[in-house]
Amino acid sequence: MTIGLTHYLAVAAILFTIGVLGIFVNRKNIIVILMSIELILLAVNINLVAFSVYLHDVVGQIFAMFVLTVAAAEAAVGLAILVTFFRNRGDIAVDDASMMKG
Amino acid sequence: MDLQAIAFYLLAAVTVISGFLVITARNPVHSVLFLIMAFFTAAGLFVMLGAEFLAMLLIVVYVGAVAVLFLFVVMMLDVDFTQLREGFAQYLPIGMVVGGVLSVEMVMVAVTVAANGAAGKNAAPAAPVADLPNAEAIGRVLYTDYIYFFQAAGLVLLVAMIGAIVLTLRHRPGVRRQNIGDQVARTPASGMKIVQIKSGEGLSE
Repeated sequence: MTIGLTHYLAVAAILFTIGVLGIFVNRKNIIVILMSIELILLAVNINLVAFSVYLHDVVGQIFAMFVLTVAAAEAAVGLAILVTFFRNRGDIAVDDASMMKG
Repeated sequence: MDLQAIAFYLLAAVTVISGFLVITARNPVHSVLFLIMAFFTAAGLFVMLGAEFLAMLLIVVYVGAVAVLFLFVVMMLDVDFTQLREGFAQYLPIGMVVGGVLSVEMVMVAVTVAANGAAGKNAAPAAPVADLPNAEAIGRVLYTDYIYFFQAAGLVLLVAMIGAIVLTLRHRPGVRRQNIGDQVARTPASGMKIVQIKSGEGLSE
């Protein structure tokens, strides 16, 4: 049995689902939520690269690179917000942060 | 089963298992370490696909920068993480149901796309197109057709860097700092006082 596009897409789908599940079950722990977002973006990247290879078009890999850039920026800013939040409140329980009544 | 299939199933299994351990580990430091493992094995999958440049980029950017940043923050924050796990068991059943439905749907779509879509008919290229190495192929397209997007990506990173610095910068009160402006503006007239002292009397404040 040769490894085809389906296999890579299935791995990406399972990884994406794990990321969504991580956001679901770790509602209080924002660090794990951020890591789940990284997992989701990794799954998206696997999809982009797999399609790029099987369509013989390198543009998909370029888009994956941009996704990587945005993921890095998002992690940096998210963790900076987290550090500031921790300094102001002394803990990182996100469900207590209801000052803006969102 | 040939060697490629064995390698794929090994990498895929390790990726999925470490991804699952990221969200279930009790200790967030272990979560970060499993995240690093997931990135490494995903880089292995990229190499199998023939996207070597992105695989190396994944290791350099994700493992070298993002995951280490996570590790720093997890170790820096003094938080009781057991308390943050409240509700884990409560949300797990419904989360499993939603996740199961989502993953079954996505796998079905993937199978359909691979069977009937445009990409499914192609085989993965054994040799890179036009005998270019992967990095060179990416560079040719990136710096020709996507140069403005490339610049915009650099701008995004710059804004993120400045934003992170501005967010975490704080001025502690009571810390004496060097004030270069004051030092440069100091003249002999303002920095020195000439006092005439009568002999035998000395100087009192």
